[in-house]
Amino acid sequence: MPDLMETDELTQRVLRIIAETQRKDPAQVTVDSSFEELGIDSMDGVNIVFALENEFNVNVPDEEVRSIRSVRDMVEGVRRLVEQSQQGSGGQSLGTETPGPAPEDQAPAAS
Amino acid sequence: MRRVVVTGIGVLCGIGRNREEFQAGLREGRSGIGHITNTECLDLRFREGAEVRCYNPNDHFSPKEADMIDRFAQFAVVAAREAVAHSGIEWTVDMRENAAIVTGSCVGGQSTENQGFWDVYKMGKPRVHPMTIPKTMANAGASAISQEFGITGPAFTISTACSSSAHAIGQAFSMVRSGMADVAITGGSEAPFSYGILKAWEAMRVVSPTVCRPFSLDRNGMILGEGSAMLVLESLDHALARGAKPIAEVAGFGMSSDAHHITQPSAEGAAKAIRMALKDACIAPDRIGYINAHGTGTTANDATETRALHLAFGDHAKRLAISSTKAMHGHALGAAGAIETAAAIFAVANGILPPTINFTGPDPECDLDYIPNCARRADAEYALSNSFAFGGLNAVVALKRY
Repeated sequence: MPDLMETDELTQRVLRIIAETQRKDPAQVTVDSSFEELGIDSMDGVNIVFALENEFNVNVPDEEVRSIRSVRDMVEGVRRLVEQSQQGSGGQSLGTETPGPAPEDQAPAAS
Repeated sequence: MRRVVVTGIGVLCGIGRNREEFQAGLREGRSGIGHITNTECLDLRFREGAEVRCYNPNDHFSPKEADMIDRFAQFAVVAAREAVAHSGIEWTVDMRENAAIVTGSCVGGQSTENQGFWDVYKMGKPRVHPMTIPKTMANAGASAISQEFGITGPAFTISTACSSSAHAIGQAFSMVRSGMADVAITGGSEAPFSYGILKAWEAMRVVSPTVCRPFSLDRNGMILGEGSAMLVLESLDHALARGAKPIAEVAGFGMSSDAHHITQPSAEGAAKAIRMALKDACIAPDRIGYINAHGTGTTANDATETRALHLAFGDHAKRLAISSTKAMHGHALGAAGAIETAAAIFAVANGILPPTINFTGPDPECDLDYIPNCARRADAEYALSNSFAFGGLNAVVALKRY
């Protein structure tokens, strides 16, 4: 299974994003890389999830981010969210960006 | 060196619009957290904040005055007025010339800046309001206080994220202690509720969508707050000479930098700041009876702060009474250190230690006495107020009952 996972397109995109955000040689980042090996700390993890959300147009809930422990968790999590959004049953705005502020003269903060 | 005392306190924050309401809130363990109303939350993943409720600028400023300063600077002036009135100072020419103002603010006039950026980026307007720069600058609070009282001595602002106002108090303390100033107005103010910055906090994934539960096993983040606290510091001699009654003494101040990470806290760095505060106050660790913790309610802070307390206090750590009042008034960023120093002053002055509300049960990594849920009567001769900022900049104020 790991071999199959390494080769599919979604996995490659996730690995590429991780390598890009962490300024690593893509060859260093594999599905089996640990965060420790890659020197990824919790803030790095949040930064990677941000890039993945943009890349795949999904939203990752905070509690899921807290449970991510490895590159494999990231690949599997993105795959699940993408599949949910393709089935259109993702619920809470998965797969589509939530609408931004409506164009009004007042910024939302104005008070 | 001169002894330095607190002779006046002014506060407004999520649990009170003045000193009396604030003290009652601490005693009752009241939550000041509710739905954010000052800005539309739109698609934000969180809705909760500790706002100053029922704040109307026109209750405090003429319409023209209110137009000139952002909400955060208004808070600074309102708190400073209350602190100065509390101190009973009657300004003389000499006092005005020799008084200092040191304030803390992390984000300055956010709602003003947000409106300006909205106008140019979103609305494509060709011009931004001319007051955008002076209303946004972080020192606007210090400047407004100097104008309010006609103070012409040194005035400046410190911006060290969540330690801003603790560093400000430490600096003002040093200036009064050394004789550089006889009187100082010091503290911090913040008003961070605007859409752009809330989106930025959302992106960090450290804000709770529900409640702030510092040191509990099931804690899930911080809740932002706003407000201000200002103190009047004076040399003891100066206070006694004019017949003022000191509320508490500032016994010492300690600071350190982690040299570690831009967001991850370090137990060693925090412990060093605590040790420096004890050393500056010339007291043994077992003299400390109460600690107002930084206690943000994030997984990382509360466990790391607990480790720091073990490192700094050794066996005495288990006997400390510790609370995070952020569960009540939220994390007021650059105002946090001042609001919490005020809470610690009231703790030593009144013998009532404020609780950590919303406490549901201990985390094995947080194994100390956090005064869960109910305030406690206890005599604490000395107290500390801890502030540990992003960027690893730590500031600890030591206070003594007078």
